[in-house]
Amino acid sequence: MKDAEIMAKNPNRPLSPHLQVYRWSPQMAISIFHRATGFILATVGMVTLLWWLSAIGGGAESYATFQKYVVSAGESATGFETAVNWFFRLLGLAVTFSFFQHLASGIRHLVLDIGAGYELKANRTWASAAFIAAFFATAFVVLFVASRFLGV
Amino acid sequence: MDSRTYIGRVRGLGSAKHGGEHWLKQRLTAIGNILLTTWLVVSLLLMPNFDQATLAQWLAQPTVAVPMILMIVNIFSHARLGLQVLIEDYVHDEGLKFGAMALLNFYVVASAVFGIFVVAKLAFTGASA
Repeated sequence: MKDAEIMAKNPNRPLSPHLQVYRWSPQMAISIFHRATGFILATVGMVTLLWWLSAIGGGAESYATFQKYVVSAGESATGFETAVNWFFRLLGLAVTFSFFQHLASGIRHLVLDIGAGYELKANRTWASAAFIAAFFATAFVVLFVASRFLGV
Repeated sequence: MDSRTYIGRVRGLGSAKHGGEHWLKQRLTAIGNILLTTWLVVSLLLMPNFDQATLAQWLAQPTVAVPMILMIVNIFSHARLGLQVLIEDYVHDEGLKFGAMALLNFYVVASAVFGIFVVAKLAFTGASA
């Protein structure tokens, strides 16, 4: 019998406990964040990397297009261009945070792989530390970009 | 009596029939990514400016083009391994799974070849505007 048929027959059957029944903890959040950030990096992140490289290779004009949409639309931009620019900026912020989050929790995974860091308290501490490190690294990049490119 | 080595007994086991290969490749590419992306981030922070001409000259140098190509290969391999796990976990229909895996392979191989070509062209033909 397929899962859907079983569900139709007895909707109140006991279910195995899943995400929604647990109280969220840093250890739990970091696991799903690792997967989600990896997905963002593998899609938006990698396409942006290729766009950036090919814009450099394509010459001044193609790089100006990349810059207009991803960095700053400039003052002569139309409302639509500004909106697209903000959309890409948000994606850029997501990719930046994803990069540092995936890096920090990836390093945590490598430490766990050698058999260290499984004690409850240490495990919780390093999970939280990975989030904090990713947050501050992202903030640093945002400030760097704002001061170097946007004249803030 | 089984006279094979321990690694020989493990190879080909597990539900994926690949033993620990996928797991190990994921870790090795992860370590490579730490080194290569750290190189990229530090290079970007040290960049004097972000004009196309400056970046093109920077990228055309062998000492930049080589790690950049390595980074593309490593990142896309790691992403392929990771997205493969997502497909295996969430796509249950065998046909859809086969299609998704095929698309994934097209995506990462085509993207990586494109990226390598862009860098190689700059490196071999020089940075012209």
